[in-house]
Amino acid sequence: MRLINRHPGKTGARLLAVLPFIALAVLYLAASAVRHAANPDDKLLPTISQMAAAVNLMAFTQDMATGDYLMLTDTLSSLQRLIEGLVISVGISFIIGIAVGMLPYLRKLCVPFIAAFSMVPPLAILPILFIIAGIGETAKVTLIVIGTAPFMIRDLIMRVEEMPKAQLIKAQTLGASSWQMALRVVVPQMLPRLIDSLRLSLGPAWIYLISAEAIAAQDGLGYRIFLVRRYFAMDVIIPYVIWITLLAFIFDVALRLVQRYAFPWFAGAKSQ
Amino acid sequence: MSSIEIKDVWQIYDGRVVLEKINLNIEQGSFVSIVGPSGCGKTTLLRMLMSEEFCTRGSISLDGEALPAEPTLERGVVFQRYSVFPHLTVLDNVLLPMELKASRWLGKLLGPKRYNAKEEARAMLEHVGLRHAAGFYPAQLSGGMQQRLALAQALMAKPRVLLLDEPFSALDPGTRADIHVLTKRLWEETKMTIVMVTHDISEAFRLGTRVIVLERPASDDPAKGARITHDIPVRPRAKDKKGAA
Repeated sequence: MRLINRHPGKTGARLLAVLPFIALAVLYLAASAVRHAANPDDKLLPTISQMAAAVNLMAFTQDMATGDYLMLTDTLSSLQRLIEGLVISVGISFIIGIAVGMLPYLRKLCVPFIAAFSMVPPLAILPILFIIAGIGETAKVTLIVIGTAPFMIRDLIMRVEEMPKAQLIKAQTLGASSWQMALRVVVPQMLPRLIDSLRLSLGPAWIYLISAEAIAAQDGLGYRIFLVRRYFAMDVIIPYVIWITLLAFIFDVALRLVQRYAFPWFAGAKSQ
Repeated sequence: MSSIEIKDVWQIYDGRVVLEKINLNIEQGSFVSIVGPSGCGKTTLLRMLMSEEFCTRGSISLDGEALPAEPTLERGVVFQRYSVFPHLTVLDNVLLPMELKASRWLGKLLGPKRYNAKEEARAMLEHVGLRHAAGFYPAQLSGGMQQRLALAQALMAKPRVLLLDEPFSALDPGTRADIHVLTKRLWEETKMTIVMVTHDISEAFRLGTRVIVLERPASDDPAKGARITHDIPVRPRAKDKKGAA
């Protein structure tokens, strides 16, 4: 049988899915064991037990200075910044994207500007943000907004524009005003697409969050890994990176589930 | 009286004449089929009737008044595809025209008003044989059912003229025969004017009271557009069926 026609069974598929993870873990453990055999004080590739000890210290032991559980505090601060930034970004993008996508006057006014503005590298204007907004929360949240909103706006404008024209004509023949069309035809069809757009923006959002925290913060996941880097504390950095990845992954899965259950029509409509 | 008057209409795209000197009077209550080979401009003509396109020269009027510059309530439409809203259930699709009319800012009915409107919508679904599918989304329906739904939705808005753009072309023959019967019944009941564009000649004659043939001259001359080459009355509106309406 041709290769393109061969499919793994259910168990086979699961096995294949976990295989790369296991391979990476095995590779790491082997490399770590080799290095520790040569030099018991190796800091580059800490063993599992060293990382577990570090996690225990960071996550399950009160910090002596502040009485906080550091990993928890870091996680909460980071998530707060990330979610604030994304909520603002989604709100702005949704309103602008739909209005611009629907109204020709706004399109002429805004599309070239948005196209130019989205080319500004967000990290390059981080210093400006720090100067204007100080090194507090505002600058970090603003960076996430500036980093993710232009993409989402452009994506939504395109999604609105690619709606079949027949649908809007039909809505008009049923007596819909522009406002009613926005409310009953465009917005409900754009919500699941906004979720797709948001999922794609999660990666960049984390990049901007961690960058901002690395440069100026008193807590946060990004702050912590850049802080302990000074002591070559790979035993803290690696668990933190895994934890950040896991959080991002959970966000992604959650959004996908929301899309599936809140918009049951979407999968069928997309395949037509 | 909804009569459509197409007077000396030309459509020219970038120097290429698509429609040439179209003159056509469509009487109230008639069912006009427009046939012609693909690319002859019959859909262009229909688009002009729904104000999606505008003629280069000439004029079109509905009941003596020039057509508005945008699609309006009095001219309903059913397309070959994308005629119903994928995010609304069958019932909500039929409910939508009533909701748009009754609720200017929300576009949505609530409470007892919604309940009453739902009853009306269900009656319409019953009428087109879709009552059992009320809770489905359009993507879960067959092509024929989707077009039934599109007809029902268009009729809820009570248009004076219904424009059909190859509405049954994608359906298989059996389904098509069923929906022909339905279309004819709805036309007889509502007494509205229907203009249907199709490339299926037998369909044009089966449904229409008048068949208009659009054709380009044989030469591929860009200065010559499609004209009306035949205007065939099929039969007068059957008087004996009036009682059934």
